[in-house]
Amino acid sequence: MNDMNELKPHSRKLLTIVTEAALEPSLCRDLERLGAHGYTITNARGKGSRGKRDAGWETDANIRIEVVCDEATAARIAAEMQRRYYDNYAMILLLSDVLVLRPGKF
Amino acid sequence: MDPIILFFMLGLVAGLLKSELRLPSAVYEFVSILLLLSIGLKGGVELALQPFLGLLPDVLVAIVIGLLLPLVAFTVLSRLGGFKRADAASIAAHYGSVSVGTYAVAAAWLTSRGIGFDAHLPLLLVVLEVPAILVGIVLARGIFSDTHWHKVAHEVFLGKGIVLLLGGLLIGWWSDPAALAGIEPLFFDLFKGILAIFLLEMGLIAASRFGSLRQYGIFLVVFGLVMPLFGAAIGAVAGELMGLSLGGTMLFATLIASASYIAVPAAMRISVPEANPTLSLTASLGITFPFNVLVGIPLYWKLAEAVHAWLPG
Repeated sequence: MNDMNELKPHSRKLLTIVTEAALEPSLCRDLERLGAHGYTITNARGKGSRGKRDAGWETDANIRIEVVCDEATAARIAAEMQRRYYDNYAMILLLSDVLVLRPGKF
Repeated sequence: MDPIILFFMLGLVAGLLKSELRLPSAVYEFVSILLLLSIGLKGGVELALQPFLGLLPDVLVAIVIGLLLPLVAFTVLSRLGGFKRADAASIAAHYGSVSVGTYAVAAAWLTSRGIGFDAHLPLLLVVLEVPAILVGIVLARGIFSDTHWHKVAHEVFLGKGIVLLLGGLLIGWWSDPAALAGIEPLFFDLFKGILAIFLLEMGLIAASRFGSLRQYGIFLVVFGLVMPLFGAAIGAVAGELMGLSLGGTMLFATLIASASYIAVPAAMRISVPEANPTLSLTASLGITFPFNVLVGIPLYWKLAEAVHAWLPG
């Protein structure tokens, strides 16, 4: 019975943040404070309104942070990101619906 | 022509011609870690041979210069250059602080000519990294702002540069000189080869900055050339008055002339986020670093000689 429950998909939000690598330590603190149970960080490169960010130098490096969480947490994190970082840092936020098999983890 | 300078020029040319060449970032990281440790170790070994308290006046001079130089740069940038307060403060912090890469090239320049320099120069290098960062933040935000000073302190004192330089100094200082022979081949014998690879990458990085030069106008270019000359003059006179050797005076002048591109950009991005990081990095990496490496270093040697002849003692 328990196994059946585990395999039933539950809906969650996937919040993807692409931003400057310099922000990593403070973002990780923010995410934990705002209730994210975990996150995944990858190095990233790209181009956007703040020019080409090609990771050639430490200040030009980007990261992509992915957080799977419930809708309320996602909204809280998104609002805080906008308030604290949008004005001065290169940052984009993407929000999408995902299905997870182990809802307790997220 | 010194081969390490030719490596730098190879990087510059390859970068300007849009070559595919790029060092993997892990290699660059490793090479810069080796450079920082080598400089620290070398200083530590020689510092162990002399009394520590005698160095305090020189350390104080370095701190005072590190505090005053960004004030001069800030005034010039905001009054003459018309830069916004945050931008002027951030660029000023870059120019008040120092560049380890430039120091390494100058030290290699002296060594290959058989010219000695004072043992505590690496210590002064560490000391000079810090004050300008604090001045830059205060200039941008004011003393009583909501700056999280403990975060700033963490960023500044526990950054890669300070930890490795100071760590190397202490290891060199405390190590049994005979036992150091085992690590000498990596840190001392290979120094110039490592520096050559570092400069190849720096050439590529500097070339990638040239594109944004056009965007920011002639003032930044002129500032990036004149500020190091001004700094070198201050450094040469101070070095002479501190009683440094001729090589030491030249190296101190080079330090004051150099502009940071590692510790300060990282600290400014966190503490003064409204400052445009492209402005300060374009100036320090795109103009001042190549200028110091290609033209400045031999010039600062001539300057040290001239100051030595001019000032008695």
